[in-house]
Amino acid sequence: MSEAHPELGFWRKYVFATDHKVIGIQYGISALVFLFIGFCLMMLMRWQLAYPGEAIPLIGGLLRESWVNQGAMLPNFYNQLGAMHGTIMVFMGIVPLAVGAFGNFVVPLQIGARDMAFPRLNMMSYQAFIIGGLVMLTSFLLPGGAASSGWTSYAPLAVIATTGQTFWLIGMIFLIASSLLGAINFIVTIVHLRAEGLTFFRLPFFVWSQLVTAFLLLLAFPALQAAAVFQLMDRLVGTSFFLPSGLVVGGEPLAAVGGGSPLLWQHLFWFLAHPEVYVLILPGMGIIAEVIANNTRKPLWGYRTMVYSLLFLGFMSFTVWAHHMFLTGMGTTMSTFFQATTMIISIPSVIILSCLLITLWGGSIRFSVPMLFALAFLPMFGIGGLTGLPLGLAVPDVYLHDSYYIIGHFHYIVAPGTIFALFAGIYHWYPKVTGRAMNVTLGKIHFWLSFLFMNGIFMPMLFEGMAGVSRRLFDPTIYAHGAAVHGLTVMTSWSAWCLALAQIPFVINFFWSMRKQERAEENPWQATTLEWATPTPPPHGNFPETPVVYCGPYEYSVPGAARDFSPQFVKQEV
Amino acid sequence: MSTLDLPYQVEPHPLTGVTSGKLGIWLFLASEVMLFGSLFSSYVLLRVGSPPEFWPLGIEAGLSVPIGTFNTLVLIGSSVTMVMSWASLKMGNLGAFRRYFGATIGLGGVFLLVKAFEYSTKFSHGIFPAVGWPELTDPSMFYGLYFTFTGLHALHVLLGILVNLWLLIWGAAMWETAPERFAGRIEIAGLYWHFVDLVWIFLFPVLYLL
Repeated sequence: MSEAHPELGFWRKYVFATDHKVIGIQYGISALVFLFIGFCLMMLMRWQLAYPGEAIPLIGGLLRESWVNQGAMLPNFYNQLGAMHGTIMVFMGIVPLAVGAFGNFVVPLQIGARDMAFPRLNMMSYQAFIIGGLVMLTSFLLPGGAASSGWTSYAPLAVIATTGQTFWLIGMIFLIASSLLGAINFIVTIVHLRAEGLTFFRLPFFVWSQLVTAFLLLLAFPALQAAAVFQLMDRLVGTSFFLPSGLVVGGEPLAAVGGGSPLLWQHLFWFLAHPEVYVLILPGMGIIAEVIANNTRKPLWGYRTMVYSLLFLGFMSFTVWAHHMFLTGMGTTMSTFFQATTMIISIPSVIILSCLLITLWGGSIRFSVPMLFALAFLPMFGIGGLTGLPLGLAVPDVYLHDSYYIIGHFHYIVAPGTIFALFAGIYHWYPKVTGRAMNVTLGKIHFWLSFLFMNGIFMPMLFEGMAGVSRRLFDPTIYAHGAAVHGLTVMTSWSAWCLALAQIPFVINFFWSMRKQERAEENPWQATTLEWATPTPPPHGNFPETPVVYCGPYEYSVPGAARDFSPQFVKQEV
Repeated sequence: MSTLDLPYQVEPHPLTGVTSGKLGIWLFLASEVMLFGSLFSSYVLLRVGSPPEFWPLGIEAGLSVPIGTFNTLVLIGSSVTMVMSWASLKMGNLGAFRRYFGATIGLGGVFLLVKAFEYSTKFSHGIFPAVGWPELTDPSMFYGLYFTFTGLHALHVLLGILVNLWLLIWGAAMWETAPERFAGRIEIAGLYWHFVDLVWIFLFPVLYLL
């Protein structure tokens, strides 16, 4: 059927594309670029933290005068870097890569669909994303620089900040519109366009994870949309939704009506941002489930339990937001409720992780590059999750909140957690996307170095935090307790720069393999799910013949079968 | 042809009983419920945190209940004509569809005109979003919320009018080629319109009466 379509011109095929695979690649490339930019911002911050007040080597002299003084970073620039590192990584890096890229490319293939349900909406979703991203980046060129009130944009600080904050809010409204369109598209696609025979409990776990993620995006993001509208009104029209009465800024009383509530911003923000944490991790878990089942040559242990846990996790993620706010004085009754829900939500995460771990047991594991990343994901996500428990309890949180401990905890989940899952996904699906496999040696170098330096970055942070170092200090050595553990800060910084070098094999591998590696077969990993039934790379319309599904997603090592994998799309001889 | 012929554009899916477009608009409306839900929750939180003397009833603050009631009736009327236009289409009467659908757009326009009149009277009395109550400098967010909520709602009305105008002038060409699909689009536009109407049904008492 796909042959009947006339060849599209360059613009229609690659720029204003409606094909889910091209949009997925657009998302993927853009998100990787944004991840790199966010990483660069962080490397600059790490210099200031390790060597406070010293001139930044190599590029210090090239930066704007309002950012550096004789090559040494100014505090306001540090604040911009911090705010934009978080914003770029979360909203323009990981989510677009996990949902926009992997979701768009893989989900329609895995459910046997010819495209997403609304191809043009899909295109608009990408365009809104890229406009939002560009608005965010251009804010660095403003006279006052980019947003500098943290990625959380807490009021009232953000309300009285420079114009960069307005750009942040407008950019965010575009990013929210993009997620909203994407989420609607994913849900309708997964519910309506499954191939014949592909019942809900035959869906690959990755599709399930994208379905739950889409619901979180659909229902959580509007809260931030409302908050962004309120903050824009505060900044541009002069209302006081987030400004309390009697606010004094720099010794001068602020000329505003007042009467607003700064806590309201936090409630609205975290009502989005806690589900957002699960948006960051669930697609990663989905990828890991695919890779582990494929490389252990075993069905996922407890597939149904995992799906139910996922659904419960998605539901509960709407009920825990205020555990980010134990220190705000919202009261012990609230804290008690939210610490209880927080303890409850850890249970389904542990179930999913345990199921993945038990799947390894007794499998004949293939230590391929995606599998290495997947195996590393399990303990890294475990550390991230376990270090979160003290933060979820109100009493230890009083001590640990806003210290480096929380940075270490969160990054263990998204950096060696989700980012490793995304790397696993890239190595796993690269042959399907490009038609060529990635180089294994370079992949293993990339993995081992990344694994080492990721831990070199985030493990010291946990100790620094327990030593009481605040996450918001421009110069961590100004306090004696910070100076005492300064060696850990230096170690973190050097690990971060080495981690950047460790990505060089990946970048070489990514581009070199596209041209030079040998061509991959249609199903190089001998996998069972539907995306491997397509020609490689898949043409417009995906499947030469409409696929029919005969069995569950992970029929590996079926007793009595001729091969150790029984694909969903092949009818078994009985 | 940029898009493939995907299934369930006209015929309903056996599981959900609706077409893809209709499922999509219901999901969109779910998201909109969360948006306006967040706004109304913020209203509650701000109001309970505010001393009563700084929080007027709508009439005390100068909002006109008769004008608000008139606008409510206008929007309800537009929802009725919206349903009539869809029903006419289902009965194959394109002429009646055009009349009713045009009336819906016209009533939407009347609503916006009345709203613009209300805004301009406020502005001419020196009342702006950043003005307190009862004194201009008192810490009250009443006018801020009034302008934010009604402004966002008016944007929704405007968007609905623009989409409906497109459907009436250019989109109706689809009636010749795919009448069922066109009727589906009108139904989807109608669902959105009813939702915008419903939001006003909540906004009117909250802002004008309570």
